[in-house]
Amino acid sequence: MKEHIIVRIVSKFFAPFIQLYALYVIAHGDLGPGGGFQGGVILGASMILYVIAFGLDEGRKRLSQKVSDVFMSTGALIYAGIGIFCILAGGAYLEYAELPLGSHHLASHLGMYGIEIGVGITVAFVMITIFFETAQNK
Amino acid sequence: MIDIMLLLIIVVCAIAALFMKDLLGATIILGVYSFIMATIFTRLNAVDVAFTEASVGAGITSVLMIAALSRTKRYEYHYTKEQKRKPSALFAKIMSLILVIVTGAVLVYGTIDMPEFGDPEAPTNQHVSPRYIEETHHDTGINNIVTAVLASYRGYDTLGETTVIFTAGICVILLLRRREK
Repeated sequence: MKEHIIVRIVSKFFAPFIQLYALYVIAHGDLGPGGGFQGGVILGASMILYVIAFGLDEGRKRLSQKVSDVFMSTGALIYAGIGIFCILAGGAYLEYAELPLGSHHLASHLGMYGIEIGVGITVAFVMITIFFETAQNK
Repeated sequence: MIDIMLLLIIVVCAIAALFMKDLLGATIILGVYSFIMATIFTRLNAVDVAFTEASVGAGITSVLMIAALSRTKRYEYHYTKEQKRKPSALFAKIMSLILVIVTGAVLVYGTIDMPEFGDPEAPTNQHVSPRYIEETHHDTGINNIVTAVLASYRGYDTLGETTVIFTAGICVILLLRRREK
């Protein structure tokens, strides 16, 4: 799509707004509809939109293979790690209320925030990776 | 009324996607299908599911299908008349028709025992739902029941789900990534 200037300008202009919306969806999963999964998909979609408009090589310049691979595993690690933290804090696996963060309600709230962020990161970067690897030029 | 309209559009979309020879067109029709599906979920007050359907079904799935199409041909393979008349081709067609009819009949038979939509006497509305609606805020301290169920009550399931997605990413890397020499 190198020759479509409108597509390129519009997608470049919209990408940050889509990312902001994705972060909003991840952060407000406990208040309204949405959560880590949906927000992660939207976050991935913003990058995919950029890659569709500018091409795979330009996209790889923005987000290198190594970075996306590392983030892909980091999300799952955050999720599982919070579970381990709960055990270390004296609860069962993924029993957020036992985290040492003040009251039980606050701890379970923050624990859920944490895993939503983990889910979001993994989903976003897996979607980006699948797109990058599937859409390789022959 | 509008529910029947939406369901009709879904059926039309599904049939249209089947008969499209242009696979890019079929992918876009499936995106429309997902969006209408999201509207139906919103009508059923399942906003979280609708959100997922709109972002995953209509957004990412279409994009990934188009990405897959970039590795293959855009148009469906065109069979010649001789190929269509072959006994093996006819046999495959008849067998798949029988399979589809049997599966459909089993699914319809399965719905006969289901409770009416919105029936207050249904088992789910008797035990699980009231418990979540009454206790979620006290148990977890957050307001969105769906998020509380996903992240807290069913935390293991969501961990497994995330691992499945992660595994999918790893598999794609292992299968498709070109190694630089």
